[in-house]
Amino acid sequence: MKNAIYYKSKKIAVNTLIHLLLISVAITCLYPLLWMISSSLKSQEMIFKDISLIPHQFRLENYILAWKEGGFGRNFFNSIIYTVAVVFGIVMISSMAAYAFSRLRFFGSKFLFIMFMAAMMIPIPGSFVALYVLLNKLHLRNTPIGYILCMINVGLSTSIFLLKTFFDKMPKELEDAARIDGCSKIGLWFHVALPLSKPVLAVVVVFNALAVWNEYILALIIFDNRQFMPLQVALQTFQGEFVTNYPLLMAGLTITALPIIIVYLFMQKYIIKGVTQGAIVG
Amino acid sequence: MKIKDTLENYVFVLPAVAIFSIFYVIPFIWVFQLGLFEWDGISFTKVFVGLGNFKEIFLQDVNWWRAMWNASYITLIALTFQNILAFMLAWACDREIKMKNFYRVIFFIPPVLSEVVVGMAWRFIINDIDGANIINRTLIGMGLTNFAHNWLSDPKTALTTVAIVHCWKGFGWGFLIFLAGLQTIPRELYEAARVDGASAWQSFRKITLPLMIPVMVLVAILTVLGTMQVFVLIVSLVGGEFAGHTSVPVLRILASMRGSSRFGYACAQGITFGMILIIISFIQYRFSKKGQ
Repeated sequence: MKNAIYYKSKKIAVNTLIHLLLISVAITCLYPLLWMISSSLKSQEMIFKDISLIPHQFRLENYILAWKEGGFGRNFFNSIIYTVAVVFGIVMISSMAAYAFSRLRFFGSKFLFIMFMAAMMIPIPGSFVALYVLLNKLHLRNTPIGYILCMINVGLSTSIFLLKTFFDKMPKELEDAARIDGCSKIGLWFHVALPLSKPVLAVVVVFNALAVWNEYILALIIFDNRQFMPLQVALQTFQGEFVTNYPLLMAGLTITALPIIIVYLFMQKYIIKGVTQGAIVG
Repeated sequence: MKIKDTLENYVFVLPAVAIFSIFYVIPFIWVFQLGLFEWDGISFTKVFVGLGNFKEIFLQDVNWWRAMWNASYITLIALTFQNILAFMLAWACDREIKMKNFYRVIFFIPPVLSEVVVGMAWRFIINDIDGANIINRTLIGMGLTNFAHNWLSDPKTALTTVAIVHCWKGFGWGFLIFLAGLQTIPRELYEAARVDGASAWQSFRKITLPLMIPVMVLVAILTVLGTMQVFVLIVSLVGGEFAGHTSVPVLRILASMRGSSRFGYACAQGITFGMILIIISFIQYRFSKKGQ
């Protein structure tokens, strides 16, 4: 009897310690973000005086200022456009290619697939230098379309890999049935394979959306005009221009971070799946 | 009919191959070509210097190797501190425990944020603004006035500060992979060990650790590749495009390109850095094969 109580209390003690550790780490994760949001609602003087997490008065006008005069509205819109366009492009192009690599027979298919996979493994840290030169030659630098095409390329390899792995495991019977009904190859891809691959498409969409929204280096070298810049680069420009206006900068950061956090909270199932799948595959 | 059929197959891969060829293959080849030239990026003539750029990197470029050292230092901290923390947390979560999912969701928030947001938010917290510097305020409040200082502009603490913020951003990602790995270990193994009278520490050492080695190697390789190439976080945390004494290789490449307009030299630096990364990952991989 004494033994049972001993073990039980030991277990409770261990669990409490574990929770203490986990909660302190969780607070460390959240604190900077809450501090950022809280500071975005304070006035410039209050930022230096008031260190409580909940501001005494909520200055929502900081957001309106950042959105209009800080110019973040424009950049927010750009980020949305780039993310949607790139993700749409990647989904279409990579699922078509992945379908071909998985289902269709043609000369060179293996070679091409290996080439895409090699690109996934080889790091080329200086490639943005050559990309800059290339875009200049094509007159695509400082244009949204140049940026969108570059970003589609960035996401292609991994997406093709994920989709091909999925198509390989997918039973062929449904496609056979559709083929007998006279469905064309394009139709098979678009009407049969694509709808069936929804679970993996979700992973592809979420990961590429995060990557495009958070992308920095290509946007930095491609865009000169602030009117084309996505949020990440515009934040840097803003910081350069208004070094001391912290509430506005924090409002800008919140505008940049909040969509990602919201998407993450809704799609976390797919994100966790993607990370762990990638790990097991690797 | 046959030909039309085959052509149709190529249509499927055409868009992907076209974009890939233009935006990956061509720049890839150009990096190697440009690395052999001295070129400012604008003029029509490039001066062929052979391996001169590489010679300069290896023999003269002190800043480059300084930057390599900085990145290695951050990577070392990420490999040890960040990954051990991630593993401990994953191990703590790999049991019947309440709020497991809550922790998992929270720990992965920093990794989904952009490096710009993380860098600027942390800069605001630890930079030398009187009221907003929470860390310094806490130190002063605890009577440790001497320790309160400007963490990011003091060369002694700047790099470690950068490394810690990097760990804050990255540990959740290692945590997720470790947790997934731990959950693939069959529970029966632990049961059997307990029945045989093994202590918690023994079953951790004899079951958990050996089975987790492949996952650890994977996380280690990805940590090295990711951390060595870190730079956006540093730009937004330390400020200034080339970040002075916390410079890292990618920033040096950017500096050669945008700062001193030496496109060829920037490419040579990129090739050197890429080779170093490939060699390190290969050694890690071989090392793990030997260990098993």
